[in-house]
Amino acid sequence: MTSSFGDVLAAFPIADFVEHAGSSGDADVSRALAKDHGSRDVRDFAALMSDAASRRLEGLARASHELTTKRFGKTVHMYAPVYLSNECLTTCTYCGFAKGLPIVRKTLSNEESLDEARYLLARGFRSILLLTGEHQKLTGVDFLEEKLRLLAPVVPNLAIEVQVWDEDEYRRLRAAGCDGVVVYQETYDRDTYAKFHLAGKKRDYDWRLHAPERAGRAGMRRLGIGALLGLHEPWLQDAVAVAAHALFLTKTFWRSEISISLPRIRPSASGYSPQHPVTDRELAQAVCAFRLLLPDAAIVMSSREEASFRDGLIRLGVTHTSAGSHAEPGGYIHPKEAEEQFEVNDLRSPEEVAEAIRDMGYDVVWKDWAEPLRA
Amino acid sequence: MAIQIETTTDPLVIGGRTFASRLLIGTGKFSSGESMRDAIDASRTEIVTVALRRVDLDSTGGPDILAFIDTSKIQLLPNTSGAADAHEAIRLARLARAMGLPAWVKLEVTPDPRYLIPDSVETLKAAEQLVADGFVVLPYINADPVLAKRLEEAGCATVMPLGSWIGSNQGLRTRDAIRIIVEQATVPVVVDAGLGAPSHAAFAMELGADAVLVNTAIAVAADPAEMARAFKEATIAGRRGYLAGLAPARESAEASSPLTGFLDGR
Repeated sequence: MTSSFGDVLAAFPIADFVEHAGSSGDADVSRALAKDHGSRDVRDFAALMSDAASRRLEGLARASHELTTKRFGKTVHMYAPVYLSNECLTTCTYCGFAKGLPIVRKTLSNEESLDEARYLLARGFRSILLLTGEHQKLTGVDFLEEKLRLLAPVVPNLAIEVQVWDEDEYRRLRAAGCDGVVVYQETYDRDTYAKFHLAGKKRDYDWRLHAPERAGRAGMRRLGIGALLGLHEPWLQDAVAVAAHALFLTKTFWRSEISISLPRIRPSASGYSPQHPVTDRELAQAVCAFRLLLPDAAIVMSSREEASFRDGLIRLGVTHTSAGSHAEPGGYIHPKEAEEQFEVNDLRSPEEVAEAIRDMGYDVVWKDWAEPLRA
Repeated sequence: MAIQIETTTDPLVIGGRTFASRLLIGTGKFSSGESMRDAIDASRTEIVTVALRRVDLDSTGGPDILAFIDTSKIQLLPNTSGAADAHEAIRLARLARAMGLPAWVKLEVTPDPRYLIPDSVETLKAAEQLVADGFVVLPYINADPVLAKRLEEAGCATVMPLGSWIGSNQGLRTRDAIRIIVEQATVPVVVDAGLGAPSHAAFAMELGADAVLVNTAIAVAADPAEMARAFKEATIAGRRGYLAGLAPARESAEASSPLTGFLDGR
């Protein structure tokens, strides 16, 4: 019987790894870099996240670039988010959709959902990520199932980033056409988690932690995880936890593709701002360290990040990116009528982003999945 | 000129079609459609495989991958990349045919998305069904001589054993098994996956493989078209070497004064 990640995490000396990153010297970094791809472990990851490694960032970047090119070729995959609703019964104190915030709330009808999807299809997108807040009644599993069945015939690849479900519910969503599930733990630190998640079902840390495993057992082909870097201090602790979680999922759900997101906390309607934000240089180093740990993982970068920075990260190891995104429900057809979840910093159109990617010598992959693979 | 002579005297026949080139090209990982097209041109390949999951048959967005392949000269070989079991592979192949693509299929059933190692059991199941459906089936397989014979008996047009893990550029790690597959095969043997350098392709051809398939090594080269040309020439050189009859390699030098010399004349 395979243990759960909660069991792994309980016995996992995260603090030791954070400490190792603090004390790593040149020799530790060299050892981590010299290892065969695929054989690095969390200790190597910590060394690659150290200050000693930061001083050799160009070397990390070259190794990461070479490995990414070998595994993914010269390609970047495009996706777009569709916010189906910003209704929410959960209070995450950093989020623009949090319960009680005086914002314009909206839940898309079937017709509005299709309009948003058609808008994106016309701009070339074939991979769509559906998002909602956490509202049991308004955006429950029946709601999602209906939306998936509506969109699956026209959208070759559909994933969800919504509240978490049990295994049977994930099975229902998969049968309705869902190819992937994205769940950010936000922070892996229990105390910090409790501090930021004040009300609603999301308060249950363990139920959320094990959601990717339930989705994996339900046969989801893509499992996405991540932490909101900056929620917990030091953020390196969450980066180490994501690394361990990704390795666990890779081994346990060997049929599924694992993706990693590295969102930094951004200003939102909640008014929350981090005290020690992750710097650009630190985030670039993290992209390299994750790539060197996980040669085949998709690394996702959203349009939270500013244009030239995001383009630079593509050479380092980012393989999936969004473009022209609206983080508010109905935002493609009726921009700014409802509140957005966070501030989008890359305001370029999909075609402008695609052009920038092609100028860097990468092919833009819009479609990389097909309906028969949903069998 | 020399290539044309080869065409008439030593053609590759797959599914009733005759090909002059023994180099097949994969289309993933290129930096652009143009770069892929240039590499295809330079390779002189006549068979190009395309992942059905990448094909946008009702494209309304950017240019589709098929727009860069001249199907009047090239046999398009749709592949089932992404299929995790026989059922998915069969559905993909049938959909492609229904949408007007050729009824040829490079059968890939790879349940793990990292090493893309073929599932032998599901591959055989899918091959049996697709052959019954009238497809020309070219299965991507582990270098397993018994499985190769089973697929041949099931009516596959070729077998495509892997040289090493796909995308690994490690060359012919499965040499000993491929030697047996070649020795036993009555259908063409196409070595697929892991050929990272032109010399690897030449070596596979010298062993008696009927053709090779290359993707990553060409797609991510600094100059893909030049690398495609190099693979073309290596494939031809390897084939010539095989046909010319390579001198067998010896384990040790032969003694100049034979130990059996005393038997002469007795």
